[in-house]
Amino acid sequence: MTENEQDRVQQLLKVAMPSCAGHAERELRSDLWPAMLKRLDGAPIDVPWFDWALLGAVAVCLLFSPAAIPLLLFYL
Amino acid sequence: MPVLEQPSDVLRQFCHGDLEAFETLFRLHQNEVYGWIVRIVRDRAAAEDLTIETFWRIHRAHARFDPGRSFGAWARRIAMNTALDYLKSARSETALPEELESPALPDPGISEEIRRKTACAFERLPPKLRIAAALALIEEQPYKEIAEALGISLSAVKVRVFRAVRCLREELRRQGVEP
Repeated sequence: MTENEQDRVQQLLKVAMPSCAGHAERELRSDLWPAMLKRLDGAPIDVPWFDWALLGAVAVCLLFSPAAIPLLLFYL
Repeated sequence: MPVLEQPSDVLRQFCHGDLEAFETLFRLHQNEVYGWIVRIVRDRAAAEDLTIETFWRIHRAHARFDPGRSFGAWARRIAMNTALDYLKSARSETALPEELESPALPDPGISEEIRRKTACAFERLPPKLRIAAALALIEEQPYKEIAEALGISLSAVKVRVFRAVRCLREELRRQGVEP
């Protein structure tokens, strides 16, 4: 592929797909912080899988040895 | 709200999950992030949503940010990945976005039909090639800047642009247009 051929494709692209450079489109229409806050407030609590695994392991231990419950409560 | 004077302080506080520091960084960088995204997705409403998504990812990854590095460059990299994910998920939609107005055709030799076919060929590019083509050929961003934004080498950018041009030529030929 020659440089001329690449230039021709670029020329076609620039005509078909207008550049955003210098256009008002590159500027935000409004401050997005309120929308960001909404997203932050509505986000579910992200619990890592390791925490769930640890919780499961503790629950299983307590199920098979209920005598350990007072000990666990003491240390909590 | 206390004013955070030192940018390095803001970055340190952001790393520790401080919401005010995050707000300061959001307000400083939202326009730049939006500007990069809109150049790729070419749709203002989608770009606004993706800007929020980018900062959401930034907020979730705050503990991994190194305050000694540039926040802008890090945000731009995340923005590029967010835009890439969007293009991957929206590949089936091939319609030309209507929001960005087309300028008057500068070349009378290029008919409306060729313009439409070129836009269609562009929309069919694989997302990674489409981003490279949009930034290098349409927006005429320096290759070095594109490489930094995408987190790839300069030669990788050149290869992507070359492959994008080749794909466009093949697609245009298939549609009966001799580029």
